[in-house]
This record gives sequence, structure tokens and C-alpha cells, in this order.
Amino acid sequence: MAEVLVYVDHVDGAVRKPTLELLTLARRLGDPVAVHLGAGADEAAKTLGEYGAVKVLAADSAEFADYLVVPKVDALQAAYDAVSPAAVLVPSSAEGKEIAARLAVRIGSGIITDAVDLEAGDEGPVATQSVFAAAFTTKSRVSKGTPVITVKPNSTAPEAAPAAGTVEQLSVSFGEKSTGTKIVSRTPRESSGRPELTEAAIVVSGGRGVNGAENFHIIEALADSLGAAVGASRAAVDAGWYPHSNQVGQTGKTVSPQLYVATGISGAIQHRAGMQTSKTIVAINKDAEAPIFDLVDYGVVGDLFDVVPALTEEVKTRKG
Amino acid sequence: MSLRIVVCVKYVPDATGDRHFAEDLTTDRESVDGLLSELDEYAVEQALQISEDADDAEITVLTVGPDDAKDALRKALSMGADKAVHVEDDDLHGTDVIGTSAVLAKAIEKTGYDLVVCGMASTDGTMGVLPALLAERLGVPQVTLLSEVSVTDGKVNGRRDGDTATEQLEASLPAVVSVTDQSGEARYPSFKGIMAAKKKPVESLDLDDLDIEADEVGLDGAWTKVDDATPRPARTAGTVVKDEGEGGKQLAEFLAERKFV
Repeated sequence: MAEVLVYVDHVDGAVRKPTLELLTLARRLGDPVAVHLGAGADEAAKTLGEYGAVKVLAADSAEFADYLVVPKVDALQAAYDAVSPAAVLVPSSAEGKEIAARLAVRIGSGIITDAVDLEAGDEGPVATQSVFAAAFTTKSRVSKGTPVITVKPNSTAPEAAPAAGTVEQLSVSFGEKSTGTKIVSRTPRESSGRPELTEAAIVVSGGRGVNGAENFHIIEALADSLGAAVGASRAAVDAGWYPHSNQVGQTGKTVSPQLYVATGISGAIQHRAGMQTSKTIVAINKDAEAPIFDLVDYGVVGDLFDVVPALTEEVKTRKG
Repeated sequence: MSLRIVVCVKYVPDATGDRHFAEDLTTDRESVDGLLSELDEYAVEQALQISEDADDAEITVLTVGPDDAKDALRKALSMGADKAVHVEDDDLHGTDVIGTSAVLAKAIEKTGYDLVVCGMASTDGTMGVLPALLAERLGVPQVTLLSEVSVTDGKVNGRRDGDTATEQLEASLPAVVSVTDQSGEARYPSFKGIMAAKKKPVESLDLDDLDIEADEVGLDGAWTKVDDATPRPARTAGTVVKDEGEGGKQLAEFLAERKFV
């Protein structure tokens, strides 16, 4: 069976969920071969094998952490040369897309980004994408070279399928361009303890109606009662009430959780572009005319300062 | 020495309009008004600020697109860019991102550059990969997704706010930079700027000028193929209730029915 390269997104060997989704999708196309760059390959291999990686190609080198993107492209290219895969799958993070794009040029291939589903087809993998602010669903394929496809988080449920997951060292020679962009310093983002926004099953977002940074604790309390991530609209972010890293929308993150709770958000096109593919959408807004109500499965027209705390209490009571 | 800045911009269908596909499954540019991609305004703004801080700088704004795409160039010129280059050729219709990056790279090399500035993504395709593709093709450092950027002593410095960390980056010129919507509000063109833009030079280039063969671009030359585009089915109308004191409880009840609680 053909091999499919899967680029591993991890933190020191702790594999992030989108990679498990990629392994699950990769099995529809062939035998997944994981590419693990940086520390922690042995630890990661246990998880990668559990989800179907027949092999883990591992390389660890200071270049990956000290220089931006290009060393990782060199390594992925080395893996590509070693395996001659039927497809290369990369998580749709900002960095993942850049790595995938540069690889595509090097190997003379087309690239599809932000796929939300993937199937085997007669002429190679068929990718489903959600485009024009989720107004259209497209089916596309790479028509030249080896398909390079990035896949959005929450595209499928990870399914375990134990495989060998044998670790093999990958030999990488870095090109002279690999040290072009130096990472002078890195400040890890402080963890909120909540799920990562793009990976979360439930997202609770606040917008202009939250009316101040000091009120976001109401949104956070609801999120915590549901085990959810916290998002914010561009209006709330631009006002400085919540960090940009939590922005949901066209210029922020696109999310596709099982449940999206929009509070005090009117639902401008920019925001809808970032959350419209959520499976279930609920909204709380005092303006009955807000466009967000066109999208909802359930909406409450009311003051979020009354409704949200009441909802949080009720959720806590029901969860016991 | 003069700092040559090239800003890559895209003419896109207005995201607030009702965007569609044409019969050949390329973007329908007839049904919705076009404009300079909002995210590219941030690139123009940062180029202007870099130029203001430099002793001597010249900003060229570059686009690949149909005749209407001149509107995007005019907007950037009216904001303060010095001149424009428009790559226009009937054979370009349907070119995908890999092909577009090849065309832009040739045009950038022909124009001459020390710094290329791009927006973080287009507001139509939203791929966000073009800046990295340009860096790969030009063989220069990529310093991408910056929320802050500065150029001093032949080096570009910037801050990249990633998912898990904030990074300070540094690279020597020439380089490709992309900036996010956090880099600073774009200025509005002044009346004087709009009038001045009418007199600024717009150079037109076609595929021959760039030594690019027609079969390397266009719909038939594309590296990817769209086989199907289906409008998303309208959502069935949901339940909307007015809060009479029980709104929170009612919503909790709905979430329980759907097994979220």
C-alpha cells in the first residue's frame, strides 16, 4: 500500500489532537508515516503508533527551534525523498501551511489548504473545503505532482488503529537558506488551562455586548462550566478586551466545534466566516434583529448579563 | 542607498457581497464589486511606515489580475505608494496560488527589491501561503505573520504572535515580510493622495515580458483542480426565544437535549 506522510504537530513529544485526526484521514489514502521534528519522538511514537503510524521518521536539531520554518521544510523534504509518498498531510496551523507551501514548490506539486475532509479518489485524494465564508463547499484535488494538503482541526474524530510506529532516524542536511530568519527570542503563551480554541469541542465567544475586559469573566465562567474554549469577536479584540490569539473570524481563527455559543455578538460577515461551520450554534443577544440569529439552532433575545450567569448556574447544577 | 519596497496586493470580490463561482469554477468577479483586499491595506500601511523611517525609500505596489485590478493599485497609490506594476494577461485567468507565486516572483525580480511586503492572506482564497511561496521562490528569508515590523541597518525585525508563543524574528535584507491585521490600522487616502495617485506611473507587464509560458499558468496549467462547488444549504430556522427571566434555563434545557450538558 502507498505511504502517506503526516507532519506531526506536538509540544516536546505531546502530540496535538489535529495530528491524530490527520492520521485517521491518512489511513483512507494509504499507510501513514509520521514525521516528528524536535524533541520527544520516542514519547510521541507511542501515540502516533496507536493511531495508525506504521513508521515515525524522527529528526531533532537545534535549527528547528532557532530558525523560522525553513529547517522544517528541509526535514520534510528529506522525509519525502526517503518515502516517495502518495500524499503529504500537514495540520492547517499558520506554520503548517507555510511548511506545506514551500515543500510543494520544491517538489513541483500543487497545494490545497484548510481541507475539512479527505477521501481517496480515482485521480488522487479529494479534499473538501469550505469557502467564501462557508457559503460554498468545494471538492478539489491536486492535479500536478504529489498532493500536499493541509487539514483544519476538528475535521474528523480521531480513531485508534494500532500500528508498529517504529521510530527511524531521519537524516537531514540543512540548506544554506535554512538559517535566514533567526528566532531571537520566544515567549511561550501562558496557558489558560482551557482547551485550545481551534481544537475545542465547545467554544464560548464574547463580543461588543460584553462591554469591557472586566466583564469577560462572565464568558469565562460559562466556558469553564461547559469545558469550553473562550473566543472573542474582532470588536472585542480591537477594543482590547481580550487577546488577539482568541479572535474568531476571518482575520482571526476559524473554528468548527460541536457547539458554538455567541454572546453579545451581532454576527457580522467577518465573524460568521470564522464560525459558520460549527455543528450547533446558539446565541444570546439583546438585539432581536442581530444577523447571528439567522444562523442559530437556538437563540435567546435578552441581556447577556442576566442570561449568561443563569445559564452557567443551570449547567453547573445539571452537571452536579 | 535607496530601500526598494515591493508591496504585493490582491484585487478581491467584496467579502460583504454575495460571492459565487463562475461556470468554470473560478471566482466569479462579475457578480460582486471588487476592491483592494482589506488585509493588504495593512501591508501598504507598514510599507509606508518603513519608508517614512528610511532615509530614502521607494514603494512599488504590484498586482496580478484582470483590468479591474487597477482599482486595487490606485487605492494603494492614493495611500502613498510611489508607483505600480500590473501583471495582466488573458492567459492568467484561473491561475492558482503556485502559479501566481511564480508570476509575482518574476515581476518582483524584474522590478528590483530589497523588501517585499504582503498581507497575511487574501480575503477571498484565505490560504495565507503566498508570502512563504515568494520567499521560497526568491531564495530570501521569510519574516511572516508579523504584528510589529521595523527595518534598520539592512535588517528586518518583527514580532510573530503564534498559537503557542510570541517570537521575535530577525533577518537580513532582501526578505519577504507579511503583516497581520494587528500591525496597525491602515490610513485613509487623503484628497491630495487621491489626486496625486492619478499621475503616478502604472507599468503593465504581460507573460512575454516575464518570460513565462502560457501553459505554466491559467486554469489548464493550474496545479490544483476544483471539481465541484456547491452552495451551503440554508440553515433550517432555529428556535429564538425572548428572555422573560427563564432564558438561561431554556438554553440549558436545549443544550441538555443535545447532550452538551
